[in-house]
Amino acid sequence: MGDFAIVAKGLRKLYGGKPALDGLNLRVPQGTVRGLLGPNGAGKTTTVRILATLLRFDGGRAEVAGHDVATQAALVRRRIGLVGQNAAVDEVLSGRQNLVLFGRLFHLDGGRARRRADELLEQFGLDDTGSQPVRTYSGGMRRRLDLAASMILTPSVLFLDEPTVGLDPRGRNEVWEAVRSLVRAGTTVLLTTQYLEEADRLSDRISIADTGKVIAEGTPDELKSTIGGDRIDVVVRDPRDLPRAAAAVARVSGGEPTLDDDRRMLSVQVRGRVGTLAETIRTLDAAGLGVEDIALRRPTLDEVFLHLTGRRTQSADGAGGEEKAGKGGTGRKGAAGTGDGARTEQEVEA
Amino acid sequence: MTIGTLTPGSVPARSGGLRWTLADGWTLTRRSLSHWVRDPGPLIASLAFNVLIVLMFTYLFGGQMRLPGGGDYHEFLMPGMFAMTMLFGISLTTAAVAADMERGVTDRFRSMPMASMSPLIGRAAADMLFALVTLVVMMLCGLAVGWRPGADAGRILAAAGLILLLRFALVWVGVYLGLAMKGKEAVAAVQTMEFPFGFLSCAFIAPSTMPGWLGAIAEWNPLSSTVTAARELLGNPGWGGDAWVVRNAMTMAVVWPVVLMLIFMPLAVAKYRSLRA
Repeated sequence: MGDFAIVAKGLRKLYGGKPALDGLNLRVPQGTVRGLLGPNGAGKTTTVRILATLLRFDGGRAEVAGHDVATQAALVRRRIGLVGQNAAVDEVLSGRQNLVLFGRLFHLDGGRARRRADELLEQFGLDDTGSQPVRTYSGGMRRRLDLAASMILTPSVLFLDEPTVGLDPRGRNEVWEAVRSLVRAGTTVLLTTQYLEEADRLSDRISIADTGKVIAEGTPDELKSTIGGDRIDVVVRDPRDLPRAAAAVARVSGGEPTLDDDRRMLSVQVRGRVGTLAETIRTLDAAGLGVEDIALRRPTLDEVFLHLTGRRTQSADGAGGEEKAGKGGTGRKGAAGTGDGARTEQEVEA
Repeated sequence: MTIGTLTPGSVPARSGGLRWTLADGWTLTRRSLSHWVRDPGPLIASLAFNVLIVLMFTYLFGGQMRLPGGGDYHEFLMPGMFAMTMLFGISLTTAAVAADMERGVTDRFRSMPMASMSPLIGRAAADMLFALVTLVVMMLCGLAVGWRPGADAGRILAAAGLILLLRFALVWVGVYLGLAMKGKEAVAAVQTMEFPFGFLSCAFIAPSTMPGWLGAIAEWNPLSSTVTAARELLGNPGWGGDAWVVRNAMTMAVVWPVVLMLIFMPLAVAKYRSLRA
């Protein structure tokens, strides 16, 4: 395998006779970031838990950092870091005490564990708050401490299982920045996420998972052409204008807009981004159509799935209850809400 | 932001074996000790609760309690309370184990190159240290309300040994329940169940005053054997039962905890291993 830090071949996992993983394949080259994108129940967390030696599997083969996950679990554990959906740190202890504790459990001697803790606190911007109990930390700080704990022995492979669930935008940025610096240090990262934007920003390549399999893979750019690129949403003031607006937008974008009469909204896939947006605004204006709102956005995960599989994600009704939300966080958003995360590019009031 | 590196080559390669199990277990015991220092609230509450029960049974109910053998109720009560506090320890263990499971801390331990059973060892050691503190506080509390052991230091230590042996067996009951439980409500359920188990023994009441069948259950309660043996060793009055299990309380105070350990220690270890299933 040599060049691949993670290899999963035909990975199968059954829960009560039902396949959670159904022949999942994954090859992640060393030193790269792979986004594993999918809705709840796609098998993302199961994949990470298997690769991190937390879970046995029923079929296939898995290697992490050159070691067989099934037979060399102890060797794998020396080479990996895991950041799960909860910030797995001790709430009562201080940030520094947490890092010293985990350092000792990595079998660093006391002095080295303390030096490493101070070093990491500084590097993760936690040196000011290092002696305060973790329960006083913000969500972003907890997650950074969690990341720092995973970096005590520099891992060759780092697993990040939905690392920004329940974080506000600021916390999310803090975590992204931390992940980027880990990658600069040469770590291979497998990142699971429900946010297309997150996968897009951090990953070299993205694998899209559905019902226990990887159904598409490519660079963010490659996938964007496969999954349909960005979209423009237009909300008109007068519902009677909707058909005319749709015709105008179709001419500019070359796409077939979908209409939502109740919300007086049309939505269309576009290739050009800001250029098309500007032209759309000019065209609608020239045609004398009153526009209440217009926005350029990334496709939601739901739209990606509709495109790839012809059906909506199962969690589109906002269920997502099978996986726990982070304690103290704002709770998990269903896949239907992932558009909020993606819809940050340009919102233009016309 | 740059992250300094520390390669795995800089730590010992082997992470299993007895040495690391004990070393990692001790690291985790020290983690619990740090909890006591940083956040003593829950422990003080636990001790205060036990003291409150002593006060209740001494001053509130005690006046009305008449022992079948005519002994003093204070003297009768305290060995019962010592064992009762060990029983209350189950939910402390369960809560600690369940909290680590819920927060993902257990998963972090399991993904690290540490000795695999050390989290259980660390838990057991920390809980035993706290049990020792609890027992000392309870004895001081007993002395304050007029309990007097009529025995030499050796017999007092033997009684303490039997009481702590029971706690050690119950640690594994607590660990097993904590690993098997889902959520905080389950921990509350364990806490609630401690009362019927505790009251259905000879800790507070003479089983001879209960309906026959209920009294028999109370006599065979493992807690009763420890309490009866402790009363004998401490020279405190019993209640004069003559069933086989009462006459052989000294033996049963060892047998019961060993049986509980033989059942729950493998169950806890198997449950911990099966987290990978």
